[in-house]
Amino acid sequence: MNSAESFAELPVKPKPAIRRFHQARWDEPIIFELSQPGRRGIAVPEPGAPKVELPDSVRRASKPALPELSQLHVLRHYLRLSQENLGVDLNIDVGQGTCTMKYSPKVNDTFMADIADLHPEQPVESAQGVLEIYHTLERMLAEISGMARVSLQPGSGSAAIYANIAMIRAYHEANGEGHRDQVITTMFSHPSNAACAKTAGYEIITLMPDAEGLPDIEALRAAVGPRTAALMITNPEDTGIFNPRIAEFVELVHSVGGLACYDQANANGILGITRAADAGFDLGHFNLHKTFSTPHACGGPAAGACGVSEKLIPFLPGPVVDFDGSGYVLTTPEKSIGKIRPGLGVTPNIVRAYAWIMSLGAEGLRTVAETAVLNNNYLMHKILQIPGASAPWDKRRVEQVRYSWQELSEETGVHSEEIGVRAADFGVHYWTSHHPYVVPEPFTLEPTESYSKEDLDEYAAILAHVADEARRDPAFVKGAPYNSTVHKIDMTPLDDPKQWAPTWRAYVRKHLS
Amino acid sequence: MTRVGLVVNPVAGIGGPAGLKGSDGPEVQRAALARGATPRAGERAALAVRTLRAARPDVEIVAAPGPMGEDLLAGEAPSAALTTAADTRAAVHALRDVGLLLFAGGDGTARDVLDAVRELAELGCQAPPVLGIPAGVKVYSGCFALSPAAAGLLAAEDHDEYAEADVVDLDEELYRQGRVSPRLYGTLRVPAARHRLSGRKASTPPGSVEAIAREVVARMEPGTPYVLGPGATTQQVGRQLGLATTLLGVDVVENGSLVAADVTERDLYELAQDAVVVLSAIGGQGFVLGRGNQQISPRVLGRTKDLLVLATQQKLAALNGRPLLVDTGEEETDSRLSGHVRVITGYRESVIYRMECT
Amino acid sequence: MTHPYIPNAEPGVRARMLAEIGVDSVEEFYADIPAGLRLARPLDLPAPFTAEQDLVRHMRGLFAKNVEALSFLGHGTYPHYVPAVCDEVNTRSEFLTAYAGEPYEDHGRFQSLFEYVSQMGELLEMDVVNVPTYDGYQAAGTAIRMACRYTGRGKVLVTSAINRDKLSKLRDFLSHDTEIELAPVKDNGEFGDVEIDDSYAAIYLETPNLYGVVETRGRELAELAHAHGALLVVGTDPISLGVLAPPAAYGADIACGDIQSLGMHQSYGGGHAGYIATQDHEPLVAEFPSRLFGIAPTAVEGEYGFGDVYYDRTSFAHREEGKEWVGTAAALWGITAGVYLALMGPEGMRELGETILARTRYAMDALGSIVKHAGAIHFREFAIEVPDAAGLLAGLRERGIFGGVQLDERTVLVCVTERHSIADIDRLAAAIKEIL
Repeated sequence: MNSAESFAELPVKPKPAIRRFHQARWDEPIIFELSQPGRRGIAVPEPGAPKVELPDSVRRASKPALPELSQLHVLRHYLRLSQENLGVDLNIDVGQGTCTMKYSPKVNDTFMADIADLHPEQPVESAQGVLEIYHTLERMLAEISGMARVSLQPGSGSAAIYANIAMIRAYHEANGEGHRDQVITTMFSHPSNAACAKTAGYEIITLMPDAEGLPDIEALRAAVGPRTAALMITNPEDTGIFNPRIAEFVELVHSVGGLACYDQANANGILGITRAADAGFDLGHFNLHKTFSTPHACGGPAAGACGVSEKLIPFLPGPVVDFDGSGYVLTTPEKSIGKIRPGLGVTPNIVRAYAWIMSLGAEGLRTVAETAVLNNNYLMHKILQIPGASAPWDKRRVEQVRYSWQELSEETGVHSEEIGVRAADFGVHYWTSHHPYVVPEPFTLEPTESYSKEDLDEYAAILAHVADEARRDPAFVKGAPYNSTVHKIDMTPLDDPKQWAPTWRAYVRKHLS
Repeated sequence: MTRVGLVVNPVAGIGGPAGLKGSDGPEVQRAALARGATPRAGERAALAVRTLRAARPDVEIVAAPGPMGEDLLAGEAPSAALTTAADTRAAVHALRDVGLLLFAGGDGTARDVLDAVRELAELGCQAPPVLGIPAGVKVYSGCFALSPAAAGLLAAEDHDEYAEADVVDLDEELYRQGRVSPRLYGTLRVPAARHRLSGRKASTPPGSVEAIAREVVARMEPGTPYVLGPGATTQQVGRQLGLATTLLGVDVVENGSLVAADVTERDLYELAQDAVVVLSAIGGQGFVLGRGNQQISPRVLGRTKDLLVLATQQKLAALNGRPLLVDTGEEETDSRLSGHVRVITGYRESVIYRMECT
Repeated sequence: MTHPYIPNAEPGVRARMLAEIGVDSVEEFYADIPAGLRLARPLDLPAPFTAEQDLVRHMRGLFAKNVEALSFLGHGTYPHYVPAVCDEVNTRSEFLTAYAGEPYEDHGRFQSLFEYVSQMGELLEMDVVNVPTYDGYQAAGTAIRMACRYTGRGKVLVTSAINRDKLSKLRDFLSHDTEIELAPVKDNGEFGDVEIDDSYAAIYLETPNLYGVVETRGRELAELAHAHGALLVVGTDPISLGVLAPPAAYGADIACGDIQSLGMHQSYGGGHAGYIATQDHEPLVAEFPSRLFGIAPTAVEGEYGFGDVYYDRTSFAHREEGKEWVGTAAALWGITAGVYLALMGPEGMRELGETILARTRYAMDALGSIVKHAGAIHFREFAIEVPDAAGLLAGLRERGIFGGVQLDERTVLVCVTERHSIADIDRLAAAIKEIL
């Protein structure tokens, strides 16, 4: 039988159980290698006025060695690179746990053109539309968290955490308690809580999980004291376990005069279910790029929202947007920690988050939370059927789970990172965990509300397939990827000052000349 | 690695399944065989070799004679030959020219390898880096790979970075009595297994030994003696002070000077008035006091004013929720030290952790 | 309810999933949350616009309340032209909706960010440039902290010709352990005459500065700093570097700033991202808190792989004293700036710089005697002094012009870019004349 005959057969055979994926592999050169002298990507207007002659002290001596390409070729190069990247819109992006990778509705992107030419310092009466969005979003986030007021200024989750710490310090100093120099956090809270507090000059005390996987409340009792400035805690923690004694944690910290600060990075499963204020928190933050759908944009721009209780309102970053009965105005709280970034915030994401909530409403947000939790528990049910996978601590999970491949790894020598890289050969990926690895050989899955049952089935089937491969041929899995854009990378030159090349010019100097 | 040496301690681990909690010494080994135990070390070494060969077909493996390696390479079934520490040491000597030496065994075997490496050093020879294939009953030392397969895969890679890994061992006699008593014997040079994760979203590097030592130095007060227990972390404290403190002994420093090195309990008792004791957890068991640092006795502790415990977050994480342990031999002291302690994990970083008596 | 964004909200599939897990209701997943913490009522939120077209109508209604005008507003956020290709690339789903994959499935992100930092490196004549931080404010704060860690000192001399909001951020970020001393401004708008001693970690200079004045004494300040073991940190907008000498050329150790000018819309302050650059000097590279991407070989010849340079930048003890964090910041704007620079090329950057210099000077001449620091070289911005700044701006608003940012009661900062035609500038000049 020749191939022409076999192609003629109908019906087409069913697809195999695992998708035969291959990522785009354009083998694209570095843009400098595409350069030809004299080419141009865009024309610039003539001055239309006399040229200014610069003195030697400030004039650039020689032209910058930027690449020279025509417009189509710049576009083509970057479109090829874009195809060599996976986004939520293309993959079943449940593997980047703690990041809440959800669908960012396309319609919300269309609003970007409407704000493109607004300047952050244009007169407030000329920016009433955008200020109304700021104000309303602030009120909606205050209702969702139970907090009294919210600042939308921080540029990301970590920037919001830093702003929270700045408010904590300002609050204690205003009360004559500037000596409070310790911040308490937990091992499974986002590490930015510790890192930001440390940058701000605080000493960090971390609570390890107890045998139940929850932060040890007795350790907290031993940790709090007159030097306690604040507890900074995530709940549910990055394990996906909700700490049922959270109100006691807050009370303990309050009993010594400290503040309780809530990192609500993992809020997607509890929208409309429980609120920061209900557990007694004094302040906290949301990540608009997580819970409220704004795109992750390869790592930003993002947006953070700091919510505070009444007593911390005077310390909020300023200005905040108020409604004075006839219009929206900017006011700076009396003891404000000041301005922490240009403009009022990352407005494109403020607009997107506003539009997202306005497309869902209260009932919609509750459906988001319940579905995120349902999806997580369904996926956990599937993952735990894979031999070698486990979810340490026999506890209920909310919106995500930190799993372990420990058993598989001990059996095969294949590490969790390597399984993740092999999964990329099937068009999906996952993230392991922050360091240090408390859960051995970790992987963290958070399937949000955006994915279908079929997506979750497919994702679990891919991991099961890779785990099986690891048993049959560990060296093969360790050699992955094979169907991705590039092959296994040797990272060693990146740690050698003589070899590393953080820019093309460094590469040329060290390796090509 | 293109040339890998292999030393198998064929009786390693034989005591485990037989309920003998270790395999050190000929009597125990004979008792295990009498109870019908079959050796596991050969099988586990064979698994590592298979993985190594699959990943690196060009590898040249040179083995110690007979049941200590060669039989296994020839595909023969593992035998339960009784070998001694001297045999292990001799095998290491014979294989000193390889690029990496794989040895299969437990903590006792690691000690024998360490002894051989020290003998070679005394002879002016540089011993090769080593890597343990976990095959013993007690595998608490840091020089072992996670599993035989992991050892094989690690051996297949080319390495240019090495790290010093702890060799600890338990006193088997006590262990058989239900008491875990790890002691640090020294360190062995092992390939640095760096599996890097590039796609990090956020970085808070875990505190390093250097950072922990820096915090200890920053907390030091003039006029206070500091008692530094055994271990690499406390030794780093000495290093940052520019002092030649010991790895295995207990040292006393004060006002930036070394007051006494490798002290006995009696000397320490004289020096410990109002001192601060600085200790790191030894081995995988989380022992802080009473193992390998018995010089720091209850009566010494009675004179001191404070205790600082040192550990990386990773080390605490590896305890899996189990508490740190004290066993000074005196109940009153143990219960006084029990409770939640501040463990220094980095510069201006600490963890509150449970400490209990055994 | 079912919703187009939530596939498993459909009751049938929901029931099947619950059955497979073996629970009756999603309530069981919430059993760990104590009753006292449960919200017993629905959230009080506005009624939603579930139909997409209704949402669009609502949003358009809001946007209609914003008013645009001929704008001369700058002060950190600039109205430069954004090439269409920049928007085309940064709205691609693959880039817009990705996050933190490995350098395999997200190779495109690594390569395009590597190309961004590489082009910035050419513009700055520096070998090490970070993956963007939040904005120029954060970049300045981090650059100063790097200098403090590098020198082990805790004092910095900062130009007072600096955006007040940026200074507010610097105080917030540095004050608890770093002393900020402000340098005076000379009558010509440049950095004043100063002395320092061996307690300073750095001199922080900006050029063009708050007033659009191009600082001419960079080399002198570099020498002053270096003579005392301090670093010169220079804040500069890379869009000026087609014509102006990069900080490295006069001896700066760290360059930093905002890249909004390179292909980002103003977006009411949403287009900002920060860069930090140094030479390839290991101890200084060790102080970067940000990610650095570099080329690495792969298993296949001729294939570029990428990864994090100097991943473990923690072994340097000083770092422990003021370690910062890395998180989601502004990567997409870095990719976009790379596209912008590739479109412009060396000639485009030079021509753009010449056009901005010429139009700035044209506007200064057109506004005449009210221009401050008229003798200095200006790029893109200049200050005017008037009897009543607020009154002038109000008058201009009535004429459909946002005339500039008010710096104090008598001073207004005017911004001119390549987007302002000669006719636009003439219109501003005429309107100001009329009001005054």
